[in-house]
Amino acid sequence: MEIKLLTEHYDKPEFVTLKGYQKLGGYEALKKAFKMKPEDIVTEVKNSGLRGRGGAGFSTGMKWSFLPKNNEPRFLLCNADEGEPGTFKDRLMMERAPHQLIEGMIISSFAIQSKKSYIYIRGEYMKSYKIVEKALQEAYDAGLLGKNILGSGFDHDMDVYRGAGAYIVGEETALISSLEGKKGQPKLKPPFPAVQGYLRKPTIVNNVETLAAVTWIITHGAAEYKKIGTEKSAGTKVFSVSGNINKPGVYEVALGYPFKDFLQNECGGMKAGFNFKALIPGGSSCPVLNAEEAMKSTLDYESMGQLGSMLGSGGVIIIDDKQCMVDLLNVLMNFYHHESCGQCTPCREGTGWLNKITGSMLSGRAKMEDVALLDKIARHMLGTTICALSDAAAMPVMSFVTKFKEEFEFYAKERKSKVRGEMVYAESHH
Amino acid sequence: MSLSLPAASKAYIQKELKRYETKESALIPALFEAQKVFGLITPDVIDLLAMEMDIPSSRVSEVFNFYTMFNKKPVGKYHIQVCTNISCAMVGAREYMQAVCKTLNVKSDEVTADGKFTVTGVECLGSCGTAPMAQVNDDYHENLAVSDIPKFLEKFK
Repeated sequence: MEIKLLTEHYDKPEFVTLKGYQKLGGYEALKKAFKMKPEDIVTEVKNSGLRGRGGAGFSTGMKWSFLPKNNEPRFLLCNADEGEPGTFKDRLMMERAPHQLIEGMIISSFAIQSKKSYIYIRGEYMKSYKIVEKALQEAYDAGLLGKNILGSGFDHDMDVYRGAGAYIVGEETALISSLEGKKGQPKLKPPFPAVQGYLRKPTIVNNVETLAAVTWIITHGAAEYKKIGTEKSAGTKVFSVSGNINKPGVYEVALGYPFKDFLQNECGGMKAGFNFKALIPGGSSCPVLNAEEAMKSTLDYESMGQLGSMLGSGGVIIIDDKQCMVDLLNVLMNFYHHESCGQCTPCREGTGWLNKITGSMLSGRAKMEDVALLDKIARHMLGTTICALSDAAAMPVMSFVTKFKEEFEFYAKERKSKVRGEMVYAESHH
Repeated sequence: MSLSLPAASKAYIQKELKRYETKESALIPALFEAQKVFGLITPDVIDLLAMEMDIPSSRVSEVFNFYTMFNKKPVGKYHIQVCTNISCAMVGAREYMQAVCKTLNVKSDEVTADGKFTVTGVECLGSCGTAPMAQVNDDYHENLAVSDIPKFLEKFK
């Protein structure tokens, strides 16, 4: 069952405007926040159990508390560089509820005492950019941004920045590099952005959904938020679902919701003629689960972790029985090879080799031992690089070739897809 | 160098240079602006921006080369970018892209003879629930079907 904490009013067109948003209770949380002490807001968010909704799932309040306790200027950056294949919830959140995000950002900025924040939106999301830009103007005109907001004595400026196409910029240190007008390449941590980030100043980078959730938590309190979800995965999560299902789209459910029910109820089940085969639970970087594993999973960080996968961004990719796993892995390897920033050898070379092998397998040029070679290369890519892109490419490979080994071996041996009975034609466009 | 930026573009770039904490942050906005004016970014455009912004050409070039949305080759008036990543691939995006190319009689990344279209396969555009989909210039077009291609192409005059 859907539990709409954040998405309740998404079907109302007026919610996008400041007037409509305020009519439905918007910016009341901000007024409440201004009556609180900044450090109490941090504690409230910590107590709510809110975890980063961009993919890492790290405690938001904890992340904030890593900021130095001094008067050094600091920044809040909203990561709206949504690019994880299978994920499209942040786009909807910006298009339907820009003020919910802006309000969450003002509250969060007040909590961490930041005077400047940015919303970094991926370049392709032009519609989101225009909507957010307009909403920011409305907020400025209404005195919700700028000097002495609502008479609180708190000054804050917020701006929007448009990216130009690079998956890696979704990684927080790469996002910072990009905003600084450099190549969007990740940097070695530590120092973590909370200590040294944008312009080498303390910086917090949070996902769109995370910041929007802050608005709800301040309105209703940490205790109410904690009542929803599981003990370690509190609250709701906004999932994006795609594949050959009857109702692809964006759904907000309580964490801990059984995947089986999610597939049947929210997704409307499989499309006629398609059977459920596998699940990528949180965007393409998460290890694939076979049908049996998926059916016993629940949608939360712990359940997915126990099954060897991740909840990630909540980009639920439903794979049906008409799909050839060799083909799909090649699609993913095209992607990671293209998106590797090239700084670290294991990633730059590794993604290239993985892509070469899946490609040659598809065109019938691979040998049986290449199946094991894929796994071996992937294992050497784990944990050896500056950022997680290398792991993000390696994990699908390892899970695909382990769980669907017979499809890979069949393809290598018979030079055709086990599922389709013929060679899959794949043109790489990179 | 005979290239020059229109006054409005110059004004826009000057405004962007002052908008952020560091002027290099204006590089992405300036490159977008130049692309709007010239259609693609050539070495001459890079030099022009470097002079206009008083930022070394190597820095302009580095940013230009890193991001996929800046055109390295000429594209048609309408750049049809079809997402072919996993969710789209599962519901027929690659077949859709082939059909568009066939209808326009071009290979991917080529410009049609009339200069109107280029079809490119791209990575995830965050529209996985409404696949197949394509971005044409700034706009998303969702739930595309092979049978609607002629009607779809007619939208672009």
